[in-house]
Amino acid sequence: MNSILAFTFLTLYLCLPGKVCYASNLKVYATANSIRNAIAAAHKGDTLFIQSGVYKEHDIVVTTKITIIGIGYPVIDAENKYQGFIISADSVTIQGLQIQNTGRASTTDIAGIKIINARFVTIRNNKLTDNTYGVYLQNVSYCYVFNNIIQSRSTSEINNGNGVHAWKSDHLLVKGNTCTGQRDGIYFEFVTDSHIEDNNSYSNLRYGLHFMFSHDDTYTHNIFKDNGAGVAVMYSHGVIMKDNEFIHNWGDASYGLLLKEITDSKIEHNHFLKNTVGIHMEGTTRVDVKHCLFEDNGWALRVQASCSGSNFMENNFIGNSFDVATNGTLMLNFFNHNYWDKYDGYDLDKNNIGDVPYYPVSVYSVVTEKIPDAMILYHSFLTDIMDKVEKVLPTMIPDKLKDDNPMMKKLKL
Amino acid sequence: MRTIIKYVLLDLLKNKTIIVYTIILAALSVSVLSMGSNATKGLLSLLNITLLFVPIISILFSTIYFFNSIEFTELLLAQPIKRKTMLLASYTGVAFALGIAYIIGIGVPVCIFSYGPAALTLIISGLFLSLIFSALALLIFVLFKDKTKGIGAAIIIALFFTLLFDGLLLSFIYSFSDYPIEKPLLGMISLNPVDLGRILVLLQLDVAVMMGYSGALFKKFLGSATGSIYVFACMMFWIVIPLFLSVRKFRKKDL
Repeated sequence: MNSILAFTFLTLYLCLPGKVCYASNLKVYATANSIRNAIAAAHKGDTLFIQSGVYKEHDIVVTTKITIIGIGYPVIDAENKYQGFIISADSVTIQGLQIQNTGRASTTDIAGIKIINARFVTIRNNKLTDNTYGVYLQNVSYCYVFNNIIQSRSTSEINNGNGVHAWKSDHLLVKGNTCTGQRDGIYFEFVTDSHIEDNNSYSNLRYGLHFMFSHDDTYTHNIFKDNGAGVAVMYSHGVIMKDNEFIHNWGDASYGLLLKEITDSKIEHNHFLKNTVGIHMEGTTRVDVKHCLFEDNGWALRVQASCSGSNFMENNFIGNSFDVATNGTLMLNFFNHNYWDKYDGYDLDKNNIGDVPYYPVSVYSVVTEKIPDAMILYHSFLTDIMDKVEKVLPTMIPDKLKDDNPMMKKLKL
Repeated sequence: MRTIIKYVLLDLLKNKTIIVYTIILAALSVSVLSMGSNATKGLLSLLNITLLFVPIISILFSTIYFFNSIEFTELLLAQPIKRKTMLLASYTGVAFALGIAYIIGIGVPVCIFSYGPAALTLIISGLFLSLIFSALALLIFVLFKDKTKGIGAAIIIALFFTLLFDGLLLSFIYSFSDYPIEKPLLGMISLNPVDLGRILVLLQLDVAVMMGYSGALFKKFLGSATGSIYVFACMMFWIVIPLFLSVRKFRKKDL
């Protein structure tokens, strides 16, 4: 009898919630508040298929684990006043939507998709157009931002937000996104153990990538091009930067890569092409720059005297106006086995390594670093002569800053 | 006057030095422009060539030419021709010849390979430098009786403007680096046509951003319409003042 009763209860237990158990697929069409109502009616694990059309909806709050998939890029328009999606549940997926025209406010950070205190959220293949912030991640972990196209036409840095904005998060993967016209393409603050891969961040108003207090992160295979001030990586340790391209970040106050207070990091196989300054380093410790290409930059490297213990090994320096500039005579960094196109030494034993050291800091760059006004003599005959004289009789340039084993031929990277 | 100009010009266009000068300029610019992958770099090299060679060649060649043609001048002055006309006519001839050489040597290749505002500025400043330094040569010719002394003075003037002036400017910048010297610098640059030409061309190229704060200031001023007029006026002064002085001196010169 007991066993029969138990069986009945078990059957009831399994069958009664059955209606909730099985995830259902719902189609949503463009009528007033249709998405909002559909989400309110949806149960855990449901999938909403948003059909193409224009949805004038805003502040859509997602608090249950659901999947939202757009069919033919439905447009969610926030009418220049409101926010787009606000997600505060774990394991939500948003895919294939076009979210546009969020409002602009100075009191709250208004975003196309905002994720707050959640985990395992996936934002995939969306188009985020003319939003203040594109994807905004706040106190989240294990979130994936894939293949989104984030763009804005704003011209003012103040009214504009970042493409992908992450704050106090961990284990993020930001991959294959295109960010353009935002304030910062990708912004990381207090974000740890994350990866930034294959993104294309160009023509942003300030930085292509802005990175602060974010430790043990890796960014690889990204392209940062034509950004207002290039890429800034600050106050972090254990950052790995590989195979990125920093192209044409050209302007009065523009850097390919700005490093400030960075420790124990690796910069490898990156290309720095036509930036005002390739890498600007300030207060860095133990940063290895290896196998990078510096081509056609104004200054390839600007290593302030506050940097120490960094190694610059096996890089190619080609066609830069100045190879290295520094602001002091103290130099605690090491240059070795680099190829410098301006090297005019000789190689008697034919081992492909120059027999005399190369001094990458020219006297004119020492002068201009001290007195920027002297830049007015740029490309005058006098400065060429000064450099030639200084090479024969070095007096002003920091004599510790030299490459003892300059390569005779371009390195294959 | 026109006849004299024609004579001088025809004489000069057949002159071997002018032909060699043209060919060297053309060879340099074609090789520099066709070799480089990057138009800015080619223009920068040509700018360096222009700033170094054009002043020295112009002033030396003109000085030597004026001194060598002193007999021709004396002969002509025996005719009823004003000294002023005679002097200005031979200056115009020489300046024209040097200008044509520059246009053929650098202007044409630049226009073919990398035409743009920067290229035009380069051609204009090169032309101005040719005219200015031949005017200075005329002044030297009038001031000195002896050819050797004249050539010496020409070399010194050319070196002064291409090299010494920048050295003085650098020491000025060094000594007054604690003060806001951008505006005085702008004034001082106007005292040297070579620097004026260099900065004009640099501002047209995108390397201008490397000139930093002072560069931005120059761009703001020299990039404006007033700035262009100012530079043009400065360059014109550099032609007109030596010419004026030499005409005045030549009037009373004992030939």
